[in-house]
Amino acid sequence: MAVTPSSADAGESKKNYLEIKGVTKKFGDFYAVDDVDLVIPKNEIFALLGSSGSGKSTLLRMLAGMEKPTEGRIILEGQDITDLQPYVRPVNMMFQSYALFPHMTVEQNIAFGLKQDKLPRDEIADRVGKMLDLVQMKKYARRKPHQLSGGQQQRVALARSLAKRPKLLLLDEPLGALDKKLRVQTQFELVNVIETVGVTCIMVTHDQEEAMTMASRIAIMSEGKLMQVGGPREIYEYPNCRFTAEFIGSTNIFEGRLAVDEPDHIVIESQDLGRGIYVDHGITGPKGMNVWYSVRPEDVTLCRDKPDSQHNWVEGKVHDIAYLGSHSVYHIKLASGRVVMANVPTSHWGEAKPATWGDDIVAKWGNNAGAVLTS
Amino acid sequence: MKKWLSKYLPAGRTGVIAVPYVWLLFFFALPFFFVLKISFAEPDIAQPPYTPLLTHEESKTTITLNSGKYSTILDEVKSFGTESWADAAEQSQYVIAYWNAIKLAFLTMICTLLIGYPLAYNIARADEATRNTLLMLVMIPFWTSFLLRVYAWIGILKDNGVINNILLWLGVIDTPLQMLYTPFSVLLGMVYNYLPFMILPLYAHLTKLDGRLFEAAADLGASKWTIFLKITLPLSKAGIIAGSMMVFIPAVGEYVIPALLGGGDVVFIGNKLMDDFGPNLDWPQAAAVAVVMLALLIPPIVWFQRFEQKQQEEAA
Repeated sequence: MAVTPSSADAGESKKNYLEIKGVTKKFGDFYAVDDVDLVIPKNEIFALLGSSGSGKSTLLRMLAGMEKPTEGRIILEGQDITDLQPYVRPVNMMFQSYALFPHMTVEQNIAFGLKQDKLPRDEIADRVGKMLDLVQMKKYARRKPHQLSGGQQQRVALARSLAKRPKLLLLDEPLGALDKKLRVQTQFELVNVIETVGVTCIMVTHDQEEAMTMASRIAIMSEGKLMQVGGPREIYEYPNCRFTAEFIGSTNIFEGRLAVDEPDHIVIESQDLGRGIYVDHGITGPKGMNVWYSVRPEDVTLCRDKPDSQHNWVEGKVHDIAYLGSHSVYHIKLASGRVVMANVPTSHWGEAKPATWGDDIVAKWGNNAGAVLTS
Repeated sequence: MKKWLSKYLPAGRTGVIAVPYVWLLFFFALPFFFVLKISFAEPDIAQPPYTPLLTHEESKTTITLNSGKYSTILDEVKSFGTESWADAAEQSQYVIAYWNAIKLAFLTMICTLLIGYPLAYNIARADEATRNTLLMLVMIPFWTSFLLRVYAWIGILKDNGVINNILLWLGVIDTPLQMLYTPFSVLLGMVYNYLPFMILPLYAHLTKLDGRLFEAAADLGASKWTIFLKITLPLSKAGIIAGSMMVFIPAVGEYVIPALLGGGDVVFIGNKLMDDFGPNLDWPQAAAVAVVMLALLIPPIVWFQRFEQKQQEEAA
């Protein structure tokens, strides 16, 4: 949805819709969230991605008002909401495994928040009806949560959290309670509803696929800190550190030293490979600087003959093969004992016999295939 | 030997289920059958002190069922309300005793609920270490003898007891307060004794409540009081009913506490039953009183069972 700001000021407030400024949460001596700065524009779907204990849920709970930050401020549409109690915040949350009120019908669940605002009865009925339409649950209005499937419960929970028209919608592991197949379908449904309503949304998830499908930007969290913030493609293709590279998808990481630093390329000498890595983009730095090189398995190709080039290939033996239909994942064991992963499309071998266990094989990659990491 | 036994004893699951049923058969169903049988006999100066139902004389077997003991109770119910209050106290002793017992059991239930709910709620909300300590404190009094605990209350409440001595010493009162042998002391003893039966089922239900429901309600704008009224209270309904039944049902037949702490001017059905059984030596009447009491308690028990069943079906 394209938004034309009426004035520069309005544009500014849309860009800085939610500001998280130096937010820290300590439990005793433990930093659950450590000095997080984040700016989120209006109508964005933003994902906090991390493993359990990374601090993502604590950050979400501070946005909801269920935890108080030890330090820092949270500003929503120019209003400082840091000290507001949860029940007065213009923020609503869809809870992990939904937390639907088991003794109330679908309708009553959705109406609960509106009743707290003491809205007139017919307005409540009207808004509940609209919410039921939005999530296609009209037929089930009189049912109790335990009479609904997991997917239906999820839709009721979404409707309940949207009913009060919050300025900020928080989703805590929105699809965690659903099985894999349903999850994929529901991801798109959920995004559709959120975009129809046009609400700014922050979700917490440990499932990278979920984050990449739903969110326009993702923050990778680890040990209470933001490791990287960016769009799904940016994070996958240009990770800024080993943690991000390894957390999102799978990758091969080689440690090495900067040997050549020319304007149009660098060469990394790697003990692991016994050969240089030639990169035609990326960083510049002092010679001998410690760097890491990350190359995704799908950017590694296999062949039987040694290339002429000096760089970007290794030889080894096929150690393991996982056949996944459209492609196979090969584990190539190098003489040094290291394993390099390569995703090989099933069509790659053509008429020739596919490489099999124990075969001598060469793994190679292009000059711009990977990312150079300094931390 | 072992083989021979295993042939006749039910194996596995059936065996495990059979144990409580056999127990109930021998220690509940059979004794109740005897009571039922005695209730249809007539008192007799004999050993045992009632007439047999089955007599065998000159190759004729006669079954004599005497419904007179039930008529005594039924007649009282029929005439109750038609007579003056003074007459009723004299002539409708059983009806009044039933009524007193049900009233006392009901009051006990309400008081234990009002005291027990906040206690159970806070125990369930406490952190784990404190929670176990608090639960222990609720149960520790049960490790001493029931009679001892009731006698302790006599010591506390009597005219020269602990409370009166302290109040006299403080100069709050000049003459001792009459606390023992009053309706108050009976109710106090009942509430004291039945409180754990209320707290434990309430606690069991309250501790199961999902904390995220409270957070969700707060997130949707509910105040603490609203959360309690709209979420906690309705969701602990099963616990409230379970606790109330655990208190009400045994409290109806209670006779030790009224006998020891009551003045004797208020007669409860338990005491009436004991009088018939003991001094009056009218076992059939006592048995009929017991059977009627059980009949009165069947509706709430059945209702409670139905409710539990419905709850379990909903949870599944």
